[in-house]
Order: sequence, then structure tokens, then C-alpha cells
Amino acid sequence: MAFASIYVPDFSIQAVVRAEPVLRQQPIALTDGSPPLEKVVALNEAAAKAGLGLDMTKSQARQFLSIAIRPRSRAQELATHAALLDLGWSISPRVEDTAVDSIVVDLTGLVSLFGPEKTIASLLAQRASDLGLIVHVAVSSNLEVALHAARGFPGITVIPPGEESNRLGELSIQVFLPSAEMSETLERWGVRTCEALAKLPVLELSERLGQQGVQLHQWASGASLRSMILAEPKLCFEEEMALEYAVEELEPLAFLLGRLLDQLCARLSARSLSACALRLRFALDKSSENESLSPQIPNGRWDEKKTLFYEKILTLPVPMRDSKMLLRLLRLHLQSDPPSAPIVHVFMAADPAAPRVKQEGLFLPSAPDPEKLELTMARLANLVGDSNVGSPRLMDSHRPDAFQMSRFLPSHNGPEVRQTNIGVPEERGPIAAFRVFRPAPRARVTLREGRPVHISFPGMHGQVAAASGPWRTSGEWWREDQWQGEEWDVEVHRPVSSANTIENSSSVEPQKGIYRIYYDAMRQAWFVAGMYD
Amino acid sequence: MAVNVAALRSQIETALAGRLPAPFTYRRVQVETTPFNIPEIDKLTGGLPQGSLTEISGPFSSGRAALLLSALASRTAHAHVCALVDGRDTFDPNSAEAAGVKLEQLLWVRCRNIDQCLQATDLLLQGGGFGLIAVDLSILPPKTVRYVPLNVWFRFRRAVENTSTILLLLDQEANAGSCASLVLRLGLGCSRWAALPAQRTFSPANSCACLFDGSQVQVELARSRLNSAIGSNKVQSFGRMNETSLVTNFRTKAKWSDFREKSIETK
Repeated sequence: MAFASIYVPDFSIQAVVRAEPVLRQQPIALTDGSPPLEKVVALNEAAAKAGLGLDMTKSQARQFLSIAIRPRSRAQELATHAALLDLGWSISPRVEDTAVDSIVVDLTGLVSLFGPEKTIASLLAQRASDLGLIVHVAVSSNLEVALHAARGFPGITVIPPGEESNRLGELSIQVFLPSAEMSETLERWGVRTCEALAKLPVLELSERLGQQGVQLHQWASGASLRSMILAEPKLCFEEEMALEYAVEELEPLAFLLGRLLDQLCARLSARSLSACALRLRFALDKSSENESLSPQIPNGRWDEKKTLFYEKILTLPVPMRDSKMLLRLLRLHLQSDPPSAPIVHVFMAADPAAPRVKQEGLFLPSAPDPEKLELTMARLANLVGDSNVGSPRLMDSHRPDAFQMSRFLPSHNGPEVRQTNIGVPEERGPIAAFRVFRPAPRARVTLREGRPVHISFPGMHGQVAAASGPWRTSGEWWREDQWQGEEWDVEVHRPVSSANTIENSSSVEPQKGIYRIYYDAMRQAWFVAGMYD
Repeated sequence: MAVNVAALRSQIETALAGRLPAPFTYRRVQVETTPFNIPEIDKLTGGLPQGSLTEISGPFSSGRAALLLSALASRTAHAHVCALVDGRDTFDPNSAEAAGVKLEQLLWVRCRNIDQCLQATDLLLQGGGFGLIAVDLSILPPKTVRYVPLNVWFRFRRAVENTSTILLLLDQEANAGSCASLVLRLGLGCSRWAALPAQRTFSPANSCACLFDGSQVQVELARSRLNSAIGSNKVQSFGRMNETSLVTNFRTKAKWSDFREKSIETK
């Protein structure tokens, strides 16, 4: 039995750097507290070398021009901790959520899957790097030893059984995170390393430091034994980012969304999952002017905390994990429906789903790649409007031209479609197809003995050469948009004199046509429903 | 000079022998076709060529939409995904379903002007994978379509080359020129009205018995680059069209024609 402990040094710093990777090589310090009493609460090694110290005020820290100052983000810390847990669950279901910056993974049975323990530790470090984290990994047969070794040794450490106390001996006792009082006492005794602590007699240590001292002694000698406390796997993929300055334009927003999507996709990838939907929520800038205008903001809403927010749910036709593709889709959706106020906070969540597994058939017709199709659909929606792209679906109604536009989800299951169509072509023969004029143009119709004999509407006028009707139709009298009318199918011939004029010879106006006209009893006017073509 | 050219050709052929079997022989690429499911048209044209641009032009009520729906029905019946770029939002889903189009396999893009049509077509061609992309410009004024630069049609043709996509263009006048592999010109024949006297005059008393029953459509093959069923190695062009005069007719029938015939038989 072996355990791998994963420790994230400078956790608060790494949580911020994960969302802003350009800061990785720079000196950085985090401030916390309510203005104007903000103090430096975390800093990396480069910032410490530059002379910055903890508990300095923000204004003092700002004197160091080369050091990047960022506010501490608890939301990003939570997301980073979730990513750390995802890292553990990526290789084993048995994970202990030890601390915000540490987890322990049970490696029992994994050697046959991934190789020796050192390989597993390297794999964990690699996957952590993919998630934007630099971690220490320590493997030991003792859980506590692995935990403390990860805190103490950088990089990858594998401690063979029986060598726990030897390897821990060189570590400082600070890896056990003793209390300030205990630390001071041990410092006064001159006990600074685990080796020195392990050499102290337990009984006397117990008399002077109590049970806490005994526990430290056990940890230092590598003799502590305890069971793992398993964390329950969660399928929660959320990332958020608070912005220092409100973002107004799509381009910088897309840059931030790209970062969040990269993180989300890396986490999904670690769990071998994809996203079937993306939920986006922006907190909008509620300046005093906006607040007064907010009732008019079309896509902004107020939540219970009096925050003006904007929400968008992007439902995907197939599970996806390609951050670039998802970013393109988000951009297109935001272009067509942009937030109506500057953004100060971004929250993004992915609904996980099993990744799409598909094998193309040799005898199946080619079909658009679902991911590319979704992108094409989004671009088309951006071009012609969301309601003008899709697949028509007929409605169960006698109302003329009753249909709905539904989302275009073509069947990719070729054989099923083919099975229902064995024997095509069906012997229907070509039908006289109808074209619907939307909206129906108003027409002037001359009647003789109740029958149309002449008709005129934009684009056509002439004698009615043949007519069929009236076909009376009405329905949905209980609704405001009820319909009631008389339909006629008419063949219209333009007069020869006007048809042969030079200006009309370019067939801008048709010479003859077969139309469906109707008299709308509600509006008491004639309209042209469409044309047979 | 001629001798020199022949000698040079022979020399090159000898040098390339084993690598290229016949460097100076034009290789005719066999184009796969999809039937319209209208026997008269299929016999005339050999079907819709895949990986090519097909243009159908004709005046109003000349059967362009009927051909479009037949092509869509034929393609969607074989589980192909199709797209319709509708120039003036005149597509009728009811007619399409009656013609056998599987609506769930059809992406309908409802445009408002020709710019949107061309951009939407570009996007669909870039997306790829469609069995048929129909661009219906037949309700737009011919003058507007005439102003589309020829390079647009060349670009569309290049985009579908070497794919199984059929690009179908419908308009009032043929505009794609030599970019189209198959050009059909339609003309309206006489319409048929059930229970209507031959003289097209009617009395008010029998108007309810009179029913639009379909129409006769005249089809002229204006251009074909196919080795079609009508003849071997035939490459037609507009110039030769008058000599050969490849014309056929087919009948369209109204949605209710079958129902009416059955009810008459029952009586």
C-alpha cells in the first residue's frame, strides 16, 4: 500500500497565477483586507528577494514597481482546490481532502495500470502542470510521511518503506505546522529538524509539551499511523474571476473567457469528461446611472443580493472539450446578445457529460462534424438572426403556414434512417410546390359574380385566367389571432401590351403565374398567400 | 515545327513512362450523380452531379421549387444532411414534407437579401459535410442576382469540388456561366385544372368543383459536363444547345391530387 501526497506551495499565489499565467515568472504579492487597511498576505520567492515582506500595507507594496500586486481571490482559491481534487480523482477514486493546499491519493492497485510509483508521481506532476499548478509530490507507504514529505521536499520524492525516519530527518519541524508557542519552545531547545525531534525521549516530551508534543514526535520518527478519510467525488466544474476593472468590450472579455475555458477544459480532461452545456454568469457594473436605468436593460437582471447580472446558457449538441471551439461559440453568442453593462465578475460552469465516442461507418453518407456544425450554426445565427436558422417542424394545426423553427440536430445515426427508407425513391412524383410570401402582400382583386377576374399586387397584375375556390377556412376563434378567410387558387396572365414593353422585357415581372390568394374576413382585405412553383 | 513538337512530346512521354502513364491525355473524372427522382429529368441529365454546381433557372411558377423539393427529398432519403439558403424566406415546409423531404435533416437558413445568402452559403461550404446545399435566389429580382461577381460562383464551385456535396442554385436567369456543370432552363407549360373546360372559361356554378391539379413543366438542358445517360462523352454548351435541342417535359401534381383520384375511384 502506498500513498501519494500532492502539495501546492504558495497556494494563494498559485490560485491567482493559474488565472493569469503571465505572472508565473514575475514577483507577485497578494493583498487582503478592507480598504484602506489592505496588507500583503502572500508573496512568492521573487517578491521576497526584492525586499517585500508580509504584513506590509498595500501602499508600501506599491513602492516596489517591479512587483505585481493582486488582491487575494477566495473564489479562485476554491476553484484551484477543486482542480487539485480533480487531479487526484483523475487517477484514483480514493482521495483524501487533507487541506486546502494538500491532498493524498491512495495508489493501491495503480502500479499495474500506470507503472512504478515514481512514474505515477511524474504523471501527477504533469497533470498538475496541465491544470496550471506547480506541485510537490511525495510517495510513501505511510500517509503522514507522504504528507509531510510533500510539504518539505520540492519536486517528486519517493520514500521506500523503512526509510521514512531517515528521509524526514533532514526536514525542518515547520513542515508539521506547529503552533507559534510550540515552535518557539522547540526553537529555544535548539530542536529545528525532524531528526533532532525524533531523538528526544517521548515520556519527557509528553510531560513538557503534552499530547501535541507526542504527536509531533511520532510524525518526526515516521511512526504515525492513521486511516485515510475519503473525499466524496464531486462533478462540479466551476471557475470564476473577479475583475479589478470593468470590462466593456468583447475582445478583452473573450481573452478572460479563454483562460477560464482552458482551466475548465483541463479539469474536464483530467476527469475524462466533456461539457454538454456551459453556464455563463456576469456580474454587471451597477454604477448609480446603471442602477437607475436597470429596468430598461434588456438582458440584465437583479439577484437577491441586489447584484445586476447577465446569464447565458450555451447548450451543446454533443459533449465538447475543445476550449478554442467553445470560445468561438461563446463569442458568437455574446456578439448576437451582448451584455448591456460593463462586466466586473465572470462565473463559468460546465455541465459534465461522457465524451462523445463515434466511429464513422464505411457505408454511411458523410455528415457535418457536430462541433463544426454548431460553430456554423452560431455564425449563421449571427448573420441572419437566431430565429431564422434551424430545422422546420410542422405544427398540429390547420392554420396556414403553421410551423416552428427548431434547433437543427440532424440524425447521425445513418443506418436507422436508411432502414426506414429502404426502397427510396418513393413513388410520389414531383408535386406543385408552394412558395409562401412572408408577409403576405395586400392585393387588389376585382370580382365578377363573386369570382376574381383581375388581380393586382406588387410584382404582378393581370387577368385571372383560371380560378378555383372559394375554399373557406377558419380556426382558433378563442384566440386573438384567429383566422377566417376564403382562399382561391388563381392563374394570372399579364396583359400582352404591358408584358411586351421594353422595360419589362427583362422578366423582372413574371408573364404569368399561379398564385393562392385569400380574403381575410378579419381584416376585410385581399392578400396573396404565395405562389405555386 | 510540328515534327519538333511531336518529337518533344514523345521524348517527354518516354521520360515519364512508369511514373505517369499518359501525361498528355485528358483524364475524364467520373462524377457521381444523385437522381432527381423525376424519370424524365433523370433520363435527360443523368442526375445531379456531386461535387459540382448545378443551376436551375426559369420564370415564376415554372417548377423550380418542385425540382428543388425533389432533389432535397432524394438526398435526405439517403440520410444526407441538406441545407437550404432561402433568398426571400419563401420555403414552404408543408410542401416539402408532402414532397418527401425529411425536415429533420434539413437546415433552413432564412435570409433577407442576397448578401446574407452569399455569406450563408460561404459558411455552409466552409463547414462541409452537407449532402446538398441549395441556394434559392429565384424570388430575388434577376437584376440583383446578375450583379453577383462571377468569381463568387467560381469560389463556390471550387469549395464543393472533390466533395460529395451538390451545390444547387435556383434563379430566374442563368448567372453562374461556365461554373455550373449542369444548367437546366425551365419554362411553364400549361397548368391543369380538374373539372375545368379546355377553353379555360368557367361558369360560376361549377367553381367549387374546379381544382388546381398541377402543371406541365418544360425543361431544357442548357449545359451538361456529364457522361450522362443521354449520350456518351457529351459535353454540351450554350452554343451547341440549339443544334441538339435537348428538351423534355414533366408533370407536377398538387398535394391533393392523389387524394382526389382515390376518392373518385372509390365513388
